[in-house]
Amino acid sequence: MQPLLKVENLGKQYPARKSARAIDNFAALDAVSFSIAPQTTLALVGESGSGKSTLALCIACLETPTSGKIFFEGIDVTALDQNRQLLLRPQIQLVFQDPASSLNPRWTALDIVSEPFLVQRRFSKPDRAVRALQLLDRVALPRKLAGRPVGELSGGQKQRLAIARALALEPKLIILDEALSALDCSVQAQIANLLVELQSSLGLTYLFITHDLAMAAHLADHVAVIQRGRIVESGPARKILSSPTHDATRSLLAATPRLFESPREPVSF
Amino acid sequence: MKPLLEVESLHVSYSARTGEVCPALAGVNFSLNPGEILGVLGESGSGKSTLASSLLRLLPANGKVEKGSVHFEGKNLLEASAHDLRKIRGGRVGLIFQEPTSSLHPTLQVGRQVSDVLAAHENLDRLALQQKTSNLLASVFPADADRISRSYPHELSGGQRQRVLIAQATACSPSLIIADEPTASLDPTTQQEIVQLFRALRQNLGLAMILITHNPALLAGLADRILVLYAGRVAEIGPTSRVLSSPQHPYTAALLRCLPSHLADDGAPRKPRLNIIPGDAPDLSLQGTGCRFEPRCTERMEVCILNEPAPVVSGELHEVSCFKFAG
Repeated sequence: MQPLLKVENLGKQYPARKSARAIDNFAALDAVSFSIAPQTTLALVGESGSGKSTLALCIACLETPTSGKIFFEGIDVTALDQNRQLLLRPQIQLVFQDPASSLNPRWTALDIVSEPFLVQRRFSKPDRAVRALQLLDRVALPRKLAGRPVGELSGGQKQRLAIARALALEPKLIILDEALSALDCSVQAQIANLLVELQSSLGLTYLFITHDLAMAAHLADHVAVIQRGRIVESGPARKILSSPTHDATRSLLAATPRLFESPREPVSF
Repeated sequence: MKPLLEVESLHVSYSARTGEVCPALAGVNFSLNPGEILGVLGESGSGKSTLASSLLRLLPANGKVEKGSVHFEGKNLLEASAHDLRKIRGGRVGLIFQEPTSSLHPTLQVGRQVSDVLAAHENLDRLALQQKTSNLLASVFPADADRISRSYPHELSGGQRQRVLIAQATACSPSLIIADEPTASLDPTTQQEIVQLFRALRQNLGLAMILITHNPALLAGLADRILVLYAGRVAEIGPTSRVLSSPQHPYTAALLRCLPSHLADDGAPRKPRLNIIPGDAPDLSLQGTGCRFEPRCTERMEVCILNEPAPVVSGELHEVSCFKFAG
């Protein structure tokens, strides 16, 4: 079966000033390759600064890679011109870590989920309202919150709203960039369950970027570990996270806090 | 041993613009011994940040301590003069609040920001100030403290900024540090480094800490005791290992069950659903009777609807506020 997303040798360099005279290039991504099968979840794990968010932006066509290719449903996205890329955008959506800064706090919940329809010029006005309310239902946000400004919603409610917005254009792939990290533990569990349910009912594919390995082990089918812009290890989630082969994976696992072991004890699997 | 900090019957409320008074903390009691680390475990709306602010009277204008006392080193902070409070904040008590990025001045070098704390509390000449600042930064940045000293906050990583805040908080050799979500938004490796740093500070400086977080796993290797806060009330308080391995309060038990299971590959099929706590965090503006957790509690009884449970001893140094244990 053709992967939904295939990333081949992706590179992204940023110019960085080395000294007063020399500009060097900083490689945020270096020869990154992986693929995601339809209706599965790939967790991308790595430390801060490893390139995870840069990769998310490249896949969502919000950054242009300096080298390599990205194939979405077999189409080479990197070779498309701007206009054709724009047509593809609705299929790949992003949910960010901090709903407080990714959602306008003065807009109402309804405004937020309707915005994609307006930008893409879809549906008539009454249709948009109906569909917007249906999206709120999908993420179990009570309709009575529809008219409330986003600033008044709780963290969990805001994140549900961000997911509803991501669903508006019926995407195939959703990139979740640390989407659960800022939430309380009990709320993380609720949102994780929502994501699993949506994946099954809507046939969604997820790229789940996180440094929470326990959540990655729970949600993901496959895991790719990124370190300094390179994928150092990848494979089935449970296998990689229980028997890691690369030091980067091992040290992330060792650093993951556990309820019952002192972090100083050697981790045994 | 005389406790370093004794909080008794603390009640704090906020007034809304409409004039409505909303209770944020109701009857919080706990004490802290010198060199002890108390973890305050609470989710959004539990009152944890209110607790941090109210201990040193840093509540916003619409916040008010309705009653109670906070005795620190024998002195009731709630009755202390403004002059005494200024000396205590940053001096005897170090504070580390959330969001290192917004706690640091964006256009001052971090070395200067650390020496400012010293200058505010201690009478040091320029040379002594420089030396002490240098030592402080070296204690949190074992390598390249000099380079870090000359950096601006935006040039540092999240973990480095957090270390600067820790240097500021420990500058005047306090006996207590209050840290509110000090490792939120840091990746696991950096989190571990900060945890090791806290352990070293406790060991080397005999520092007591109140560590506020919503992440139970963070407290596992660090806190001596855990206080579980729910809806502004102490649900449970006890030794860390006991609270985490045999939680007494239904909220604590439900919260710990929500966590994705341990990473071991035990061959069990992946559970499609995590356990959740049904319902939402309580709306503190709604005055109610009875136990605040009752609407979401799977073990609720008749008595829980009308009455609020008082704390009851349920084990060694372990107290829980729940009718399951009363009488």
